[in-house]
Formats: sequence, structure tokens, C-alpha cells
Amino acid sequence: MEKGLSYFIQVFASGIAVGCLYALIALGFVLIIKATDILNFAHGEIIMISALLCYFLMAKFHFSFLTAALVTVMIAALLGVLTERFVLRPMLGEPVFAVVMITIGLSIFLRSMAGITFGHDNYVFPTPFPKEPVHVAGVTLSMTQIWVMICTAILVAIFFIFFKYSRMGLAMRGTANDQETALLMGISTKRIFAMVWGIAFVTAAVAGIFLANTMIVNIGLTFVAISAFPAIILGGLESVPGAIIGGLAIGVMENLVGGYLDPVIGGGVKDVTPFVILFLILMVKPYGLFGKKEIERV
Amino acid sequence: MAIRSKTFRESYYEDIKLFQTIWIRVWMVIFLVLLATLPLWGNPYLIYLINLSCITVVAAIGLNLLVGYTGQISLAHSAFIAIGAYTTAILSSKAGLPFWICLLASGGMSAAVGCALGIPCLRLKGLYLAMATMSFGVVVENVLITWDKLTGGVRGIHVAKISVLGFPLDSDNKLFYFLLIVTALVILGIKNLVRTRVGRAFIAIRDRDIAAEVMGVNITAYKVMAFTISSFVAGIAGGMYGYTMGYIHPEHFTVLLSIQYLAMIIVGGLGTVLGSIFGAVFIVLVPELIKAFSRFLAFLIPALKGQYNEEWNIAAFGLLIILFLIFEAEGLNGIWRRIKTSFKNWPYTY
Repeated sequence: MEKGLSYFIQVFASGIAVGCLYALIALGFVLIIKATDILNFAHGEIIMISALLCYFLMAKFHFSFLTAALVTVMIAALLGVLTERFVLRPMLGEPVFAVVMITIGLSIFLRSMAGITFGHDNYVFPTPFPKEPVHVAGVTLSMTQIWVMICTAILVAIFFIFFKYSRMGLAMRGTANDQETALLMGISTKRIFAMVWGIAFVTAAVAGIFLANTMIVNIGLTFVAISAFPAIILGGLESVPGAIIGGLAIGVMENLVGGYLDPVIGGGVKDVTPFVILFLILMVKPYGLFGKKEIERV
Repeated sequence: MAIRSKTFRESYYEDIKLFQTIWIRVWMVIFLVLLATLPLWGNPYLIYLINLSCITVVAAIGLNLLVGYTGQISLAHSAFIAIGAYTTAILSSKAGLPFWICLLASGGMSAAVGCALGIPCLRLKGLYLAMATMSFGVVVENVLITWDKLTGGVRGIHVAKISVLGFPLDSDNKLFYFLLIVTALVILGIKNLVRTRVGRAFIAIRDRDIAAEVMGVNITAYKVMAFTISSFVAGIAGGMYGYTMGYIHPEHFTVLLSIQYLAMIIVGGLGTVLGSIFGAVFIVLVPELIKAFSRFLAFLIPALKGQYNEEWNIAAFGLLIILFLIFEAEGLNGIWRRIKTSFKNWPYTY
């Protein structure tokens, strides 16, 4: 099994590229959990719907990639606000179980509606990025992978600045910290919740558009969101930096395991790795690396 | 002497009796006689639907024990059903064992895995538990596909025909009695379990785990017990499913199935045995209702003809979960109880 350092770096780098996607998806989850304490099981469906929508806008209506992406992102934001208003707001104050179940219900509803609207065929996304791989310091990466990394970095930077310096971002952090105090300070938590769902769905849409570039577009794309669960668990459910570090770590680990163990054991290990990692983290460190510790003693 | 009317109970025993009044016994007997003679007058499709309902009822009761009674969210139920179904398939077709060994082994196998999953999941609650069990379900599904020497992988596996005491159950009518008896046994067993100390301990853990522990309920033991019993019942349902279908495939046991079972117990009513039965039968009938409705719509608007497909059923499950959670959290069982009370108390409101 001696493949040398260059093989390791190659596997590592493509792991980072996959990890960026996981990080983007995890970011969407974490934003919602942080502000509203809801794990949105319908996140994968938004990713899949955005990917399919972007494809259809380009293939059927001949939009250019940029306009299609922009329209998709806007529709996703609208969908997020509507979801919050009509599905989640009636559930305010209900037990966690009911809220989790309602997002699961939403997820299978959206998935089957997407199946009805878009069909079950596999589509190949007309990628706007050049096909030739790029060689950087002995590592071969595709243009898409490089763009994924750049866009993730830009989005993360925007979020950082937004949460740190803007009025809205501060209000969001305040709401996440303590809802009642935020209300007393004159923050409209209703509007904040709607905004948070909108923003989270936008990150899902961006992730979906990039996934469409790297994978075959079909209904099965929802599964990628479930693969991002280990990332948010590793990072801790409520931590934005945790989501990004968790996403990158899971991407790298998955690729390393796939790169070194798959030839030995033979296929299938790569797909299960994130879940085995998730299970191990839950056993050892249930609140992740940066999560809020809830101490409970009897 | 007080006149016995409405809800009048003198002891705790009366409160937890299985059949509260003489009328309930009469109705039960009528219901059972109707069910037992069904193959004589029912049409084959109805029998097939009831067979399917029996399997779903058993699995739904198993899930309700864990989710509704003990309050532990589980998205791994399809995995336990799958383990049961594959155990039955392998034991019956490769080892040729009789049905009762297969069914018990399915239950036992699932229970062992359930116990093994329950112990690490003790520390987890709510969201974390949902994610852990969901990933367990995904892992089991992958194992079923990858371990093709044992499970047949994506080709699926055949289940040997079931025969009871040398008498082959080769038609839906004959299977009907077998499924009905197993279902009745499971319902009776669980119904009895939840009115004992064990059942009350489960409910105490669901309502407030810390308080339960203070009252002397051993949380560790009872949580593991809930996982074990729930997966035992799921394993038996898996065995019944295998025998009924005659052929099983990893695609039958995806996470979607777990969600469907959660939909059943939510629509039926969490934390009640009757609710699981209502929910299971209702969800089995939903596709039929949608089919009938779409035929009606196509009759009104010819342009909609041929628009129906399986996808609408799944959409309906999702929509049902959302609507029931928002508008009727107690489920069908709550509606049933309200109707019953208002009849019982008529003409008074309370």
C-alpha cells in the first residue's frame, strides 16, 4: 500500500473540495438550529430542488448560468420565508419531537412534489466551467472543485462580516442567544426567523448548484444532505465555525478512507464512513467540538 | 348507592381493565367474528389489504412503544424490520426451518441488534437521537446491499413458502388467518405490557426523565428494554412481511419506510395502541383513497386522466404528517375518543 506523499496530497485536496460542499450544507443546517433550535430535515430537498431548477432554467428556458443561478437563489430564499411562515410558525412552542417530525413530513412532501414536477430521469448539468483539469503544485483538480473552494470561502467571509458588523446580523445573534431578551430590545423575532430560513435556503441553493456541477442531477441528490449530518455533529450543532471545520474534516476523512481502504476491502466503505464517524462522535463527544454543552445531573 | 353512569370507576384495576364495559366486549366479539369469516364473503383485494394492514399494525405498534410511549425518536425502524425479514428469508430458504422458529429468530435477531443500538443511544435525546438512529438505518441498508453472499445484495432474496404443521399457506386467504393470529397476539401482548409497571415506567420516562429517575425508575434498564421490545416486534413484523411477499429486496427497507411508520403513529395518535392500529390501517388505505379520488377528478376533468402515480401517495404521507401535527396532535385516536365521549355523555356536553 505504498503510494507515497503525492497520492496522499491528491486525496487530501479532493477531500477538501468535497468538504467545502459539506461545509456549505452544514452551514445552512447550523444557521437554522442556532436561531430557532430546529433541525431542518427538509434541507436536502431544497438542495435537490435548486439543482434541478437551475438545470431546467438552463436547459429548457436557455438562461445563462449566472442568471439561472441567481433566479434559483431568489426562489430558494422565497421558499425559505414561506416555509417558516406556513409550516414552522404554527409549531412555535411545541415539543422538539413534533417540530422534527414536521420537517420530516415537509421533506418527503417536497421530494415527491419534485419527483412529480421534474421527473425521475438523470440529467447531466451543462457545466459552465472548463473540463480540463488544472495542475497546482503536483495536485490535479478540476475547475469545478476550485470554484467550489473559492465560492465557499467568499460565502463564509460574507457571513462572517454579516454576523459581526451588520445590524441584522447582530439582531440574529441576539435572537439566537436569548429570544426573550431580544424581543425586549425591540428585535422582531418573527422577521428574524423568516430571514434565517431565507438565508439558510440560499446556502442550500448555492450548494445545490455546485453539486449539480459535480454529480449527475436527479432526485437522489437529497442524500447528500444526510451525509452532511456528521459534519454538523462533529462541529457541534450550534457553531458556525464548527460547521465549516466539521465539513472539511468529514470530506477529508471520507476521501482518505475511500482512497486507502476501498482498494483493500472493496467498494462501499466510502459511503458508510461519515455515518460511522457520526456514531463514534455521538458516543465520545455528543456536543461536538464547539457545541453548547447542556449539563444535566440528577 | 351511586348510579353507575359515564366514567365511573371505584378502583385502579377498573381503570386499567382491557375491556371496560360489557358493550366493548360485545363489539369486540362481533368485530372478531366479522374478521374471522371475512374470507367467506370478502373479495380477494380486501383480504390482501387486510393482510398488509396486519403487518403494518404490528410494526407500527412496535414503533409506538418506543416513540409514543417512551418518547425516544427512532428513524431506524425500517432497519429492524429489514433485519427480521432477512433473518426469516435466510433461515426459511437456506436452512428450511419451520415458521415459528423463523419468526421467533427474526424477533430475537432484531431485539439483539436493537439492544446493541439502545445502549449507545442512551445518552442521546431529541435531535441527536434522530440523527444517530437515521444513520444506523442508512448503515443497515448499505450492509444489506454490500453483503451479497448472505443477503443476495441488489438481486434480493426469496422467502420459502410458509407451512403450518405440514399444511401449506399458499393463498392470501390462508395467510390471512396466520397474520391475524400473530397480530392479535402482538396487540394483546403490548396492550398488557403498557398497563403494567413497565408500561408506566416508559410513560414516566417520556413525560420527564429526571422525575422518573427520582421516583425510582431505572432509566438505563427501561430505555434499553423499550429499544429491545420495539425491535423485537419490528423483527416479527419483518418476518410476516417476508412470508407474505415471498421476495424481499433492500429497496423495500429505506429510511422512507421509517418515516412512513412515524407518519402512521402520528396520524393515529402517539402513545396509544389503538392509535397505532388506526394509523396503520389508515396509511395502508391512503393510496386507495387517492386512487379513487384521482379517478373521480379524471372523470370531472378529462385532462387529468393518467396523471396518477405512486409519487402522490408519498406526497400525501408528507402532507398528512404536517396537517395532523398542526391541527390534530392527538391523531385519529383523539378524534375517535371525542366522538365516543360525546355519544356517551349525550345530551350533556361534559
